[in-house]
Amino acid sequence: MDLIMEPWPWYVSGPLIALTMFVLLFVGKQFGMSSNLRTACSIGGAGKVSEFFRFDWKSQRWNLIVVAGAIIGGFLANQYLSSNIVAVNPEIAEKLETYGINSAGEAYLPTELFGAEQLTNPKVLAILLIGGFFVGFGARYAGGCTSGHAISGLSNLQLPSLIAVIGFFIGGLVMIHFLYPIIFN
Amino acid sequence: MKSIIYLIIGIFFGIIMYKSEAASWFRIYEMFEFGSFHMYGIIGSALAIGVVGVALIKKFNIKAIGGQDMSLAPKDKSISRYLFGGILFGLGWALAGACPGPMYVLVGAGFYPILIVIGGALLGTFVYGLLKNKLPH
Repeated sequence: MDLIMEPWPWYVSGPLIALTMFVLLFVGKQFGMSSNLRTACSIGGAGKVSEFFRFDWKSQRWNLIVVAGAIIGGFLANQYLSSNIVAVNPEIAEKLETYGINSAGEAYLPTELFGAEQLTNPKVLAILLIGGFFVGFGARYAGGCTSGHAISGLSNLQLPSLIAVIGFFIGGLVMIHFLYPIIFN
Repeated sequence: MKSIIYLIIGIFFGIIMYKSEAASWFRIYEMFEFGSFHMYGIIGSALAIGVVGVALIKKFNIKAIGGQDMSLAPKDKSISRYLFGGILFGLGWALAGACPGPMYVLVGAGFYPILIVIGGALLGTFVYGLLKNKLPH
């Protein structure tokens, strides 16, 4: 039972992610999660204002079903397969405390950002909205996200994906090391 | 029938994302602080197997179900779009602590404020569509 409830180590998780990619390849599809955001915009009628959203979104229906599955998977894992606590490196948890985030080691996501009671905090709302905005904008600009570039693209030895992943890390490091001290002061 | 296969792949993927803690904001923060090997191990081992597997698929010309080619087309050549887009994505990934796959997983896990992040991601995608022709690619 512990094996199920404990977090899965990297050497189990990584190969299972590769397996996900290969199963999708075998059914003729490509592993990529952010393209669903474009599909959703198209379904919502964004094609009226931009040619970028005028495509046959029904050809992407399969990926929306994968998303539906991922939501179910998240529910199952949260409810039945996890203690929902992430054991963060204590030094990192200590550093987070200086940013006012004290839930490291006690929760799956920081309650200071993802607790339901935070939904009335304008600063937290701005952080979540702007963070999401950059993820959506950047993923489409770069033509893919972690799954499309860091896993699928790099597995296929694509130089564009390497450039994108280097970009992911430049952006991430700048955010954590230069912008966090300003945002979370 | 095929829909059920995609649904099962999605459920499998969702459980992996959650159980690997790749969907945890803390793990993303820790990764960018170089505080743990965990996320590097996940991406690195997925990649090691991915590189070998894709090379074998190409070497032996393995086809997808139904005899069609696998979706392994090369990506368009460019530096600017991947670098600029990648940097913007990285800024958002580190701020929201979630990339697109985990966002959906976290909805199912019941962390409803993630819906604000998804709303932002949809808005970002939409604004990219509006500005696409004005951006260097």
